[in-house]
Amino acid sequence: MKTLIVILLSAMLTDNFVLSKFMGICPFLGVSKKLDSASGMGLAVTFVMICATIVTYPIHHGILVPAHLEYFDTVVFILVIALFVQIVETVLKKTIPSLYKSLGVYLPLITTNCAVLGVTVLNIDNSYGFLQSIVNALGAGLGFMLALVIFSGVRKKLEYADIPETFKGVPATLIAASIVSVSFMGFSGLFG
Amino acid sequence: MMTYLIPVLIVGGCGVLAGVLLTVVSRLFYVKVDERVQKISEALPQANCGACGFAGCADYANAIVNEGAETNLCRPGGKDAAESIAEILGVAAAEVVPMTAIVKCSGDCNAVKEEFEFGGLRSCKAVKRYYGGSSSCKYGCIGYGDCVAVCEYDAISVRDGLARVTPLKCVACGKCAAACPNQLIAIKPLAQHTMVLCSSKENGRNTRLACRKGCLGCKLCERNCIEGAIRVEDNHAIINYDLCNDCGLCVETCPAKAIHRV
Repeated sequence: MKTLIVILLSAMLTDNFVLSKFMGICPFLGVSKKLDSASGMGLAVTFVMICATIVTYPIHHGILVPAHLEYFDTVVFILVIALFVQIVETVLKKTIPSLYKSLGVYLPLITTNCAVLGVTVLNIDNSYGFLQSIVNALGAGLGFMLALVIFSGVRKKLEYADIPETFKGVPATLIAASIVSVSFMGFSGLFG
Repeated sequence: MMTYLIPVLIVGGCGVLAGVLLTVVSRLFYVKVDERVQKISEALPQANCGACGFAGCADYANAIVNEGAETNLCRPGGKDAAESIAEILGVAAAEVVPMTAIVKCSGDCNAVKEEFEFGGLRSCKAVKRYYGGSSSCKYGCIGYGDCVAVCEYDAISVRDGLARVTPLKCVACGKCAAACPNQLIAIKPLAQHTMVLCSSKENGRNTRLACRKGCLGCKLCERNCIEGAIRVEDNHAIINYDLCNDCGLCVETCPAKAIHRV
């Protein structure tokens, strides 16, 4: 139990995927303009990360390891994740249209999201068990959402700030992102 | 040989399996979409401004096909959008009156005084909360450009402390009208030229003290209008455009020069 909590918190804070590992930077900058889209994207990513872990874990240990094809992890995982996201999108569209409307727009963005692939590959690299992998995916997803939500707040303030003309737009956003990232370094060493 | 064949078979098998699975799922969960909705959605400008009264372009396209909404409601799309929608539906194109936004204030920095310097957020909404704004006229344009920030067409700009609309660029989506804390911006037909460019509800004396270009509520225009189209309400003139024939007589009679031809 203790290891699970440590995995969850370290995936969220110390090893935050966006701010410490620099994965999933494009949605971090692209979708963090508004709070509701940031939280929507965060939820969608968390959901897909957990499901992708559930799908890829048995494939790695059931098919690829016995056949000594561990080096195919990345290729097969991309295939499986893309397939999975596509299926979820189709099913959602038919069964829960309201959820599809709020989450659906983010799903195609996630298909090729490096953070999702990163979680599944890291789970294998760290030789986590099945439950540990799922907890790690949950933590990574929540950390992603946390980073997005925090940054959407920063960007809102940034819009009203009186910044020099040269820095307006992308430069100011990138500087703010780096400062948020530095602030997350305060968590390092939290778990030894 | 087998060392190469097995990986190819496994990965290739995964790919084929994925393809089959996707086909099955897309058949199983097929959602029937009216293709006209898709086409109309493409004909709309995707501004998602909400000026039509629906929640975005996709919703409006859906409403046209399924709920029989009017085809000429899209303001950014204007005549072109209305025509292509009518063509997709196979009905006669409805008439589109080109509209534009107008700022109902003429108090630039020559006409009004700054009562204090505001050091907070550079936003009209923020200044408005602080004693009703730093300008001497509490009804006029604040000039920090909340309307400029929301305009997606670069059609409105602040010059000399007064927001001005470029009618050629304006698509009349109404986003600026919603952003103005003083509700100064109106959407009017492009062909309508006579406008009272003052929204002050103060009496004549106080209006004159606050702004050199404000409407004094003297009722000269009301008396002189041949069509009886002008009334003075809340100390400023309001034109009834159902009666106004755009003759411009009021523009000449107004002693404060608050009525303009735009």
